[in-house]
Amino acid sequence: MNAPVDLSRLSPGFPNAALDSQTVFRACLGAMSEPGRVTSLDSALLESTPAGLSGAAVAILLALLDQDTTLWLGEGLREGDAGAYFRFHTGCAIAPSLAQAGFALLSGRDESAALSDFMQGSEAFPDRSATLVVQCCGLANVGDAGEGNCWRLTGPGIRDYRLLKASGVRGDFPQQWSDNRKGFPCGVDVFFASGLSLAGLPRTTRLEG
Amino acid sequence: MLQSVDGSNDVEGRRHWIGVLARAELAFLEQEMPRLKPPSHTWLRKPETGLAMVRARIGGTGDKFNLGEALITRCTLRLATGETGVAYVQGRSHRKVELAAIGDALLQSPTMHAAAYRILIEPVLHELAARSARAQRLAQATRVEFFTVAREAGA
Repeated sequence: MNAPVDLSRLSPGFPNAALDSQTVFRACLGAMSEPGRVTSLDSALLESTPAGLSGAAVAILLALLDQDTTLWLGEGLREGDAGAYFRFHTGCAIAPSLAQAGFALLSGRDESAALSDFMQGSEAFPDRSATLVVQCCGLANVGDAGEGNCWRLTGPGIRDYRLLKASGVRGDFPQQWSDNRKGFPCGVDVFFASGLSLAGLPRTTRLEG
Repeated sequence: MLQSVDGSNDVEGRRHWIGVLARAELAFLEQEMPRLKPPSHTWLRKPETGLAMVRARIGGTGDKFNLGEALITRCTLRLATGETGVAYVQGRSHRKVELAAIGDALLQSPTMHAAAYRILIEPVLHELAARSARAQRLAQATRVEFFTVAREAGA
């Protein structure tokens, strides 16, 4: 998977790599410290993205990946230009298996992998776990709890509770998330991305679906 | 570090001209490039400067060792006509790496290749050959032959 990159189909990355990745890093930090709050990135950050990828997902990965990280691409993304794009712009390597990936880019409906399949970290090094970027069809902080994919979030960083509606995410996500919390402090962290919107879901957040 | 090229280009040829463009003088590229009227370009990767470890072999054929770090500037760009050019040059001139990448892109274009080769590559090849001949002549003039007398058997 780490064959030479075909440059003829590649899209450009950030127009101003240093400042733009700092801006996106700040947005990621904000998203993780206020779990579930939907924020939007500036559309000037990216002129175009590889086919099938949301702007926010691309921006998050461009900001977080470097030559010391590995990326796993979910089903349907492996065949496209995504792998070549991130390798060219960030220098990351494509992980040989999902169990070795530091980062993963998945589509919300991808049912080929469960949260527990990814690196969970260890008691001594809970930071050595995977960060997942999940693309979905829509993100909003409104909706009725109990309605399809409208979740009630509680935990650190949330005053009372926060509602998050993530459309186009597999139905058993709440169950998988509660399993993810059982291994605390181990477990994965998730970014949801839709268009230019993003929301963070750190492993400390409780979710009722 | 070279990226692959698509099937229509021959990899060896491209490796060669990228190397020649990297050794061309900035003043030469500035002067000759306008003659080719290159189309506008967009950046895939803006010029960026970093260090690369240069490795060599002891005596040219022995074990590898780290000779030292060299300042390298690289960039990738795409011409309005669709060709993608890559350049890695020594030093930190962003302008030179930009011109070298434009040269690489033009040399990949079937319609521009012949003119670009004549204007950009041939004069540099000439200059490089002359430079190496000069250096060889200088070295030859001070050449010392070492002889070792073989030791007699049983001595």
